[in-house]
Amino acid sequence: MPTDLRFGLDRRVTLSDPLHLESGARLARVEVGYETYGTLDPDGGNAILICHALTGNQHVAGADPRTGRPGWWERMVGPGKPIDPARHFIVAANVLGGCSGSSGPASVDPATGRPYGMTFPVITVRDMVRAQAALLDHLGIATLAAVVGGSMGGMQALDWAVAYPQRVRAVVAIATAARHSAQNIAYHEVGRQAIMADPNWRGGDYQIDAPPVAGLAVARMAAHITYLSEAGLTAKFGRRLQDRDAVSFGFDADFQVESYLRHQGLSFVERFDANSYLYITRATDYFDLAAPHDGRLAAAFAHTATRFAVVAFDSDWLYPTAEARRIVRALNAANARVSFVELASPHGHDAFLLDSPDLNRVVDGFLRAGE
Amino acid sequence: MTALRPDLAAIAAAVPHGARVLDVGCGDGALLAALRAEKGVDGRGIELSGANVAAAVARGLSVVQGDADTDLGDYPTAAFDVAILSDTLQAMRAPDVVLTELVRIARTAVVAFPNFGHWRVRLSLLLRGRMPMTATLPVPWYATANIHLCTVADFRALAAERRLTVARATFLSDGRDVTWGANWRAAQAVFVLQR
Repeated sequence: MPTDLRFGLDRRVTLSDPLHLESGARLARVEVGYETYGTLDPDGGNAILICHALTGNQHVAGADPRTGRPGWWERMVGPGKPIDPARHFIVAANVLGGCSGSSGPASVDPATGRPYGMTFPVITVRDMVRAQAALLDHLGIATLAAVVGGSMGGMQALDWAVAYPQRVRAVVAIATAARHSAQNIAYHEVGRQAIMADPNWRGGDYQIDAPPVAGLAVARMAAHITYLSEAGLTAKFGRRLQDRDAVSFGFDADFQVESYLRHQGLSFVERFDANSYLYITRATDYFDLAAPHDGRLAAAFAHTATRFAVVAFDSDWLYPTAEARRIVRALNAANARVSFVELASPHGHDAFLLDSPDLNRVVDGFLRAGE
Repeated sequence: MTALRPDLAAIAAAVPHGARVLDVGCGDGALLAALRAEKGVDGRGIELSGANVAAAVARGLSVVQGDADTDLGDYPTAAFDVAILSDTLQAMRAPDVVLTELVRIARTAVVAFPNFGHWRVRLSLLLRGRMPMTATLPVPWYATANIHLCTVADFRALAAERRLTVARATFLSDGRDVTWGANWRAAQAVFVLQR
């Protein structure tokens, strides 16, 4: 197992108070897995919370102890990067419902001594944010200099400004939306049905050594397509064949793109829990910041003093620029201080995780303006 | 404001200290940054070009990538003290609508544009029979973003027709003030409008 002296790897805290969930349920003895990096200023003013995407985790800039792979956002977070431990106290937590140290369906229910499985309460993005707020309470962080996230992390970042407007000075929301569209929900439903159709799923009560890997892999394959762009797939694979000169007239992975997707599916099941996938996709499907305001998104941000930076990528069809513009329109209508830019990239939704000097420049300038 | 271009300095002169300012077509944010540094304004910007927006945000400005022709409607009424439209009016699809929107969003609109009535422009058409290319209109006709050029007199007529009050007008040629015969002699005009 790699050691990373910069981070307190695998930090965990059990929240002292139960979480009251949006569904009305109550969750006691909630665990939160997190990492911190850098030093909190004496006035506590340099804390930045990083929110991860659907299948991310708290290992944002240090090696993941489970896979040994580098942190998922080392391009953005680290020495000399826009989010820099030399200037910032960086907090990254695994979301509620996750499977990387925070309470989720794979956790043991203290009431029964067995994994929650499908008895875990259905959670929402707001519940994830509340768990993060409780973690910050534990860490003694009253206000955040910024909340930064992409994709589902961007939803949490936006929701932070709505749920705790006094605690957030700035929000960076990248490749994200203020609601899940019908198409977003549709793709998630395909993934969930693939998991639940796997006989090993057993109503969510699967054996620890026999999880529904086939279903989860298909879910990941379908989702992975939505993270890329048609142009990106064409450039990377085209119709090229995998280790052969001609099609096999069979159902092997003849094409490179098939082989690639199968690999994505298989490597995913080694690091992710199938029930967690159900719960977290459900949380994003339920996400709609305008819903409590009769569909008026601006009302969600009324009187906000938070600064916002919204970034979209032109080839992202999962959370397209139109959804980012909807957020910006609402923030303008709420008289908020908002910046918005659409960056060019061939990489689709995944662009925010890849090398993007423009993204780094925008985030760096935006964060420094608040320091 | 010594570092600013003369037309930008003329715009800046119309902006009070501490004002809430919207710069429509703000480019890379040079004017907003100067106004922030020297007049302590609370500035926002709209800009079409993503590269310019990135540069402006990197300066710490709140700038939104967008199109003034379509996006001004998103802003609440009287949200700003001053709305600036610098060298942008002539590129709008509907300049008259944009003007009306500016004075809705802000109490005061400051509009700077190249004067198509300038003698060099007139001479170019009259003598050479060619579309003019001048210091303020440097791009050939087939490549220019300017689709609604106007003269000082045209602008005054539009302002009067839309019942906008001209609080002040400054005219420039080669960086110097033009005090008479503006429709002939001004290369650039800076109008301060109020509803």
